Amino acid sequence: MNYFPEEVLEPVFDFLSSNRDRNAVSLVCKSWFRVDRWSRQRVFIGNCYAVRPERLIARFPRVRALILKGKPHFADFNLVPHDWGGFFYPWIEAMAKSYSGLEELRLKRMVVSDESLELLSRSFPNFKSLVLVSCEGFSTDGLAAIAANCRLLRELDLQENEVEDHRGQWLSCFPDSCTSLISLNFACLKGEVNLVALERLVARCPNLRSLRLNRTVPLDMLQKILLRAPQLEDLGTGSYVKDPNSEPYIKLVNTVLNCKSVRSLSGFLEVSPHCLPAIYPMCLNLTSLNLSYASGIRDTDLIKLIHHCWKLQRLWILDFIGDEGLEVVASTCKELQELRVFPSDLYGVGNAAVTEEGLVAISKGCLKLHSLLYFCQQMTNAALITVAKNCPNFTLFRLCILDPTRADHLTLQPLDEGFGAIVQSCKGLRRLSLSGLLTDQVFHYIGMYAEQLEMLSIAFAGEGDKGMLYVLNGCKNLRKLEIRDCPFGDAALLMDVGKYETMRSLWMSACEVTLGGCKVLAKKMPMLNVEIINEKDQMEENLDDSLKVEKMYLYRTLDGPRRDAPDFVWNL
Amino acid sequence: MKNKDIMSPETANRSSESDTTGLNFKETELTLGLPGDSRAPTDTGGKTNTKRGYSETIDLNFESSSVEPRGRDCDNGESETEVSGAGKPPVAKAQVVGWPPVRSVRKNALKSCTYVKVAVDGAPYLRKVDLEKYTSYKQLLSSLEEMFSFFTIRKYLHENELVGPLNGVEYVPTYEDKDGDWLLVGDVPWKMFVESCKRLRLRKGSEAIGLGTAYVFPKQQKDCIKSTMDESKENFSQMQFT
Repeated sequence: MNYFPEEVLEPVFDFLSSNRDRNAVSLVCKSWFRVDRWSRQRVFIGNCYAVRPERLIARFPRVRALILKGKPHFADFNLVPHDWGGFFYPWIEAMAKSYSGLEELRLKRMVVSDESLELLSRSFPNFKSLVLVSCEGFSTDGLAAIAANCRLLRELDLQENEVEDHRGQWLSCFPDSCTSLISLNFACLKGEVNLVALERLVARCPNLRSLRLNRTVPLDMLQKILLRAPQLEDLGTGSYVKDPNSEPYIKLVNTVLNCKSVRSLSGFLEVSPHCLPAIYPMCLNLTSLNLSYASGIRDTDLIKLIHHCWKLQRLWILDFIGDEGLEVVASTCKELQELRVFPSDLYGVGNAAVTEEGLVAISKGCLKLHSLLYFCQQMTNAALITVAKNCPNFTLFRLCILDPTRADHLTLQPLDEGFGAIVQSCKGLRRLSLSGLLTDQVFHYIGMYAEQLEMLSIAFAGEGDKGMLYVLNGCKNLRKLEIRDCPFGDAALLMDVGKYETMRSLWMSACEVTLGGCKVLAKKMPMLNVEIINEKDQMEENLDDSLKVEKMYLYRTLDGPRRDAPDFVWNL
Repeated sequence: MKNKDIMSPETANRSSESDTTGLNFKETELTLGLPGDSRAPTDTGGKTNTKRGYSETIDLNFESSSVEPRGRDCDNGESETEVSGAGKPPVAKAQVVGWPPVRSVRKNALKSCTYVKVAVDGAPYLRKVDLEKYTSYKQLLSSLEEMFSFFTIRKYLHENELVGPLNGVEYVPTYEDKDGDWLLVGDVPWKMFVESCKRLRLRKGSEAIGLGTAYVFPKQQKDCIKSTMDESKENFSQMQFT
């Protein structure tokens, strides 16, 4: 292949869509490295501190689409202090200086300032798509800049961000000349938007396929929007509240009949259950339904809705569906691939909610299921063994028992055997979250069987270092390991330090790891950043090495300790 | 038994607001045995957590005050509550930080529905109350009276009580329901009210005539209008319902 001119190689490489393939290709020889380098358009950076922005630009000067992730996963559950980091500004600053070809950006768990959004909007004339997931640090002013300046914007997708709402007219900032929108999702915004501007925007964007409204948009406006955009494929309702005898509702019923393309439905943060029949016609063709914020849809209304959704592939729901409701899902949704059941009662004793029976029913009825997130009150080994047998295709299995150390409620045994069955049966398992009473045995099984495992989340489990060692030694493809409140200490941490260079990151909090142990690790592995998060006021410089570390986050990096670490983050 | 009331150490003290007087916290206390605590490494896998027997696991309740990472000076996560966001309800001291692993965005979406705005005619700013903290109209209205202590609130009609006016101005409690209509507080059962109430507004008696209230003048003006009262007596009596 040495005699192939680079111009020939380049279109060949174009066929490689996976980043891993392109990474592999770039290692073959210098020529291939060069071709990949100049032609790479899509780059994925799973940890924004693994490389500095300048290095990205130097290596891939023509990148058009960038995915960046910031804070560790446990930041979602308030385990990472607020100012920890993950700032987007340095990235956009560096990119704006060097070239102007950026078109797509997808950020997750990053701190994005209005300033950075403004800079983004002004620096890249071809910018088309902005997706922000679980980010914070910006306000509607930043959105206004994006709306106003990104002339070719196709996608603005805001998923579960914390956005400061200045009640400005950000939506009105889309100029009349903007007709290119394909996707607009502002469901996470709390403030009102200019409804007239919204309707006009929808009317002038004929390619609009995805629209998710926030809870301030009333039902009458939903009807007007659907009238303008019957081509919508993905809809998130705003406030779905009306008197079912009112004129706007009756209009909605008729308008919906014309919306034959909707395949994905979400929203319902506020809902009058009596108005649900209007969307039944949509349900027949739905492949994705997200009712996880719809606390107002319960019992018979919920079951009735599900009965219509027999083509469903993805279902996100609250646990008031109950075991009986899950049986309805199991008998109705034969195409189901992904199920998420979220807890509704976060502070009190569970009011029925769901148990292992619901999960077993699902496993019997939904044979195509491969992705699960299940919050429940209780579990048994027998149930997990049955599920493992019925559904060997799990790639993602996350079980969260609300009492994190609860044993099998029938036998009072730990849930080792149940999870063991899952990892043994599901050979393609890539992501696993454990909960319940668990000993080192479950880790023995994981190390032995979970060959494809890439991400593992452990809480309140295990008996000692052996547990962690089973995992580190056995799971060859492990990329992310996050552990909280487990008795794993220095011996486990330091047994195979080279392992961490093969992984993206390791999080350990409230474990037995000591400051001394972390120091040793940091010294042995200069390619790792070993960060200690210490929030208590520690005035002394020289702390005892035997001090147990509150929170440790380590990750491989090419560029050494980060320069934006706050006071409470110590890089060893 | 409203568990949400029990969760907070604050509401536990305000017995007038919740029915916790008969509750013995100790009985329902759940002890979470965290790894490293009482586990003997050589013990059999079953029941390594000797702190909890089956009977104790029945009453699943996160109000235990003994949840503590082993042997560490832990503030039990008081400063790091799981619930973030504006208007957060009081969080139980004993909750395990970050468990269950649910994003704040989700938690807030489920919780926030019971906080409603309270507007008062003539007041320069609004307040917010959590309807779930109360178990009856009486409690709600007394609490509102405290909050806006410079005036009095007329009790809902069928009790037929009038609170002695402080400055003579009376207000009628009204609320907006999920359909967008404004109704008089007090007609429906309390629970139904909590579920349907979107916001509260305390209207000046004079504006609430249509809802069938008595017409009361502010004290300062009483003297100057006294003379005209007799003349308009008939008019007033016509305006009064029930």
